[in-house]
Amino acid sequence: MCHPPPAVREDESVGWSWGGQELGPDECMNGLDLVSHSQITRLYSRFTSLDKGENGTLSREDFQRIPELAINPLGDRIINAFFPEGEDQVNFRGFMRTLAHFRPIEDNEKSKDVNGPEPLNSRSNKLHFAFRLYDLDKDDKISRDELLQVLRMMVGVNISDEQLGSIADRTIQEADQDGDSAISFTEFVKVLEKVDVEQKMSIRFLH
Amino acid sequence: MCQRCCPQRGPPGRQLPRGLPTLGSPSPSCSTTSISRVNSPHHFLLLCVRAAAHDKVPASGDGARNALIVVTVATQQPREWAQARFTTPWDAAHTLSAPKMSSEKIASLEFSHEGIKGFHLSHKVTSVVPESALLIVLGLVLGGIVWAADHIASFTLTPTVFFFYLLPPIVLDAGYFMPNRLFFGNLGTILLYAVVGTVWNAATTGLSLYGVFLSGLMGDLKVGLLDFLLFGSLIAAVDPVAVLAVFEEVHVNEVLFIIVFGESLLNDAVTVVLYNVFESFVTLGGDKVTGVDCVKGIVSFFVVSLGGTLVGVVFAFLLSLVTRFTKHVRIIEPGFVFVISYLSYLTSEMLSLSAILAITFCGICCQKYVKANISEQSATTVRYTMKMLASGAETIIFMFLGISAVNPRIWKWNTAFVLLTLVFISVYRAIGVVLQTWVLNRYRMVQLEIIDQVVMSYGGLRGAVAFALVVLLDEQKVKERNLFVSTTIIVVFFTVVFQGLTIKPLVQWLKVKRSQHREPKLNEKLHGRAFDHILSAIEDISGQIGHNYLRDKWSNFDRKFLSKILMRRSAQKSRDRILNVFHELNLKDAISYVAEGERRGSLAFIRSPSTDNMVNVDFSTPRPSTVEASVSYLLRENVSAVCLDMQSLEQRRRSIRDTEDMATHHTLQQYLYKPRQEYKHLYSRHELTPNEDEKQDKEIFHRTMRKRLESFKSAKLGINQNKKAAKLYKRERAQKRRNSSIPNGKLPMESPVHNFTIKEKDLELSDPEEAPDYGAEMGGGIEFLANVTQDTTATDSPSGIDNPVFSPDEDLSTLSRVPPWLSPGETVVPSQRARVQIPCSPGNFHRLAPFRLSSKSVDSFLQADAPEEQPRTTLPESTHM
Repeated sequence: MCHPPPAVREDESVGWSWGGQELGPDECMNGLDLVSHSQITRLYSRFTSLDKGENGTLSREDFQRIPELAINPLGDRIINAFFPEGEDQVNFRGFMRTLAHFRPIEDNEKSKDVNGPEPLNSRSNKLHFAFRLYDLDKDDKISRDELLQVLRMMVGVNISDEQLGSIADRTIQEADQDGDSAISFTEFVKVLEKVDVEQKMSIRFLH
Repeated sequence: MCQRCCPQRGPPGRQLPRGLPTLGSPSPSCSTTSISRVNSPHHFLLLCVRAAAHDKVPASGDGARNALIVVTVATQQPREWAQARFTTPWDAAHTLSAPKMSSEKIASLEFSHEGIKGFHLSHKVTSVVPESALLIVLGLVLGGIVWAADHIASFTLTPTVFFFYLLPPIVLDAGYFMPNRLFFGNLGTILLYAVVGTVWNAATTGLSLYGVFLSGLMGDLKVGLLDFLLFGSLIAAVDPVAVLAVFEEVHVNEVLFIIVFGESLLNDAVTVVLYNVFESFVTLGGDKVTGVDCVKGIVSFFVVSLGGTLVGVVFAFLLSLVTRFTKHVRIIEPGFVFVISYLSYLTSEMLSLSAILAITFCGICCQKYVKANISEQSATTVRYTMKMLASGAETIIFMFLGISAVNPRIWKWNTAFVLLTLVFISVYRAIGVVLQTWVLNRYRMVQLEIIDQVVMSYGGLRGAVAFALVVLLDEQKVKERNLFVSTTIIVVFFTVVFQGLTIKPLVQWLKVKRSQHREPKLNEKLHGRAFDHILSAIEDISGQIGHNYLRDKWSNFDRKFLSKILMRRSAQKSRDRILNVFHELNLKDAISYVAEGERRGSLAFIRSPSTDNMVNVDFSTPRPSTVEASVSYLLRENVSAVCLDMQSLEQRRRSIRDTEDMATHHTLQQYLYKPRQEYKHLYSRHELTPNEDEKQDKEIFHRTMRKRLESFKSAKLGINQNKKAAKLYKRERAQKRRNSSIPNGKLPMESPVHNFTIKEKDLELSDPEEAPDYGAEMGGGIEFLANVTQDTTATDSPSGIDNPVFSPDEDLSTLSRVPPWLSPGETVVPSQRARVQIPCSPGNFHRLAPFRLSSKSVDSFLQADAPEEQPRTTLPESTHM
């Protein structure tokens, strides 16, 4: 169910562009294909404005400078999601790829090629993005401790540890199907099957 | 009140299973409590509300009639009072004859209630025909009777009555219960439909009618373009009352509902402005209207709408602030809610602003803070009273629409005009919806599909607002007033009756994505919240400023400033949604647990484990002195937690489908209600002291809830807790913590809480045996309770279970806790599965034991003789202490 994004291709030949260049109409890669020209321009200018080092990549510090993220309980987790394993720089392509998870699913995409690579903004990928925020040790399971950490981030200080712990337990218990006291991605998908993830995890980027 | 009306809940065809003593044969306390409750007017009111507030619930005839009489009385008095005092822009120009409230009228209402009762009981009728349509028909019949009697239209729906007494409760109700997030999430769409859509409808309808008039199809009418535009403006607005009445029964998905409903609420400003502007133009005369007047009209739109909203927000602020300081005068809290909301309505009416907007936004803005501030009873009172007033007003409005139509003097028929109006409003509504949706879909995340558009077009119901506005017209200025009035009536009847009748089949036929009444799972809430955070973070990163960003900003602002100003300190703490859901889930467990016991068929179940539990928890702890084991303590502790339940019940009521759930609901409600009665020791001034039997009954029920809550301990901090309870609660928590810090070396099984669960389980199993003589045991239990209070200080042994009174008679078998049908080798270990599933260290285990175990207890209960029962050796010998 997890479709890891294809490896970052560093060459510029893929067709979508930095800044001003035209986007190839037959561009069909990684779900970025429907990102329109103006969107890319818009996001590129955002990218450069974030890029204080002016070296074409963003570092963690660049992200952490965004004031709103400082007050977002999951801010740091989300920043981490932008960075591939073991790297601490992200270029525009990687930036776009992460953002592409949040592109709304268009009607004409739903039916189209089932066999092809799943676009980044598919339901499953959206969910997987969220899942990875929980799954720190990358074992494809949300353990109790991992859940507890996120919970602690997301609730105020007024909740005692035991309350939180039992909430975590309840949550796991509710989702757990194979009895391993952890939430696997399958279970995660299953328990959220009634949630309109497509909508909740979509931002209308500029068109 | 529950006992009186609940057995009549549910469709008549639905039979309750026989094995439920609570429903089949009311408990002894039933009659006494209901009588004593009726003694207090407050409760009497609630009783009526319960009977009448839920349209879909077939209420008893008595209840419905009572409620409506209450409504009648309530609306009757202020009417005369306000007649003298309030002059508004609307009624200033018109002298309105006061409706003479006579006994005749009450009699007629009485009569109509027979009808209401009739179709309440006949669920088949209401499932096909919307109540609004039925009420109109009833009104017509009544009007016919009255007319036949004295050939005078004695009572009609006058604009004053409508705008000052009937409309505000409905709109306030809508605002106060508005799903805010949904509303503001779709605000852009709603505003577009409300403003552009209404203007579009008004202009096109008016102009088209004028065009047809010029072609001569309508014959000779004394009207000009402005008259047509005036008519168009008043007929253009979708009516909140009619839309609510019909859409509530249809159950379309929530986005669709909020769009249509929100539009109908917010288009009031447009309607008012258009109406006033065109009316003044008509007064001026067509040729004297200048461009300046038109500009003035446009400016006045902004003044009226924004001003109305502002007034609403200001009064909401005031109301929230006031309720923050009503801690010692709980009894008047509900009054504030109604009075201040109504004041916002009157104020904006006085200032010629949009009153509907004002009261809507008053309700929308204050709901969060008011609900957090006022006590649980006040909240319930507000809830029920609001619902009662709203549905009462709605009923009266539709009845009066019917009655008002029977008056030959207002009828002037013009086939072309009437038919064309009908055609035009439907066609232009559809065109407008399609056009606007086309624009909106370019920006909306959730696209509005074709089906949605059809329903939106078709759901453009016109109602009493249009009627009241058209009646307001001055015959001196608008020569064809009667034609307009009769056309409006036809339009209203057509939309409400015909479209109301057909919209349901239409929706079913089109298979609109129906709304799902589903309680969110804990996971869904939790991850949904995480999604929100993720989304807003991504927006921040990508530099978007969407409504998610605004939502974040707003909630920050709310948390930092507004809540600090407007909310009680105690309420501020406890506003975490996740905790709320968590608590609800725990209660769900409690419900199924109690239901299980109920199915087992004995009150003994309720008694024994609860008392057992109490003893166990309270005495087996290492430091008995710190444990408040007194009955009063238990009761008080209960109160706060139990109060929370009503809301979840409320929600649940909707989703309950099968009889078992209904029984569960009923059972639980019985249990829950009692502690609320117990609450009265805080308000002794206003409540009757319950008699002794009742008290004892209650105490027994308290144990049941207590047991659940003890184990759940979800510990929602201090909603409506009085100081003392809060203090006690804290102490207990501290004590719990001490318990949980028992060295890890100990086996988890030795934790007191754990023992309690096991015993609880054992007792359940032994229940059927005790069933026959539960009456006697109940007495014993009560005695025991009395004793416990005395013994509290004396007992210091952890094994408080030795108390002989606790197990009355020769019931020592219960003491040994071995269900006779179980072979000695296989003992019940309720927590076995739970234990297997607990992943964490013993230290954690201590902390979590209450939840986990208790939530499992139901399962294990069901699987009493399943093979997975563990050998007895796993049980420490202390189990049977």
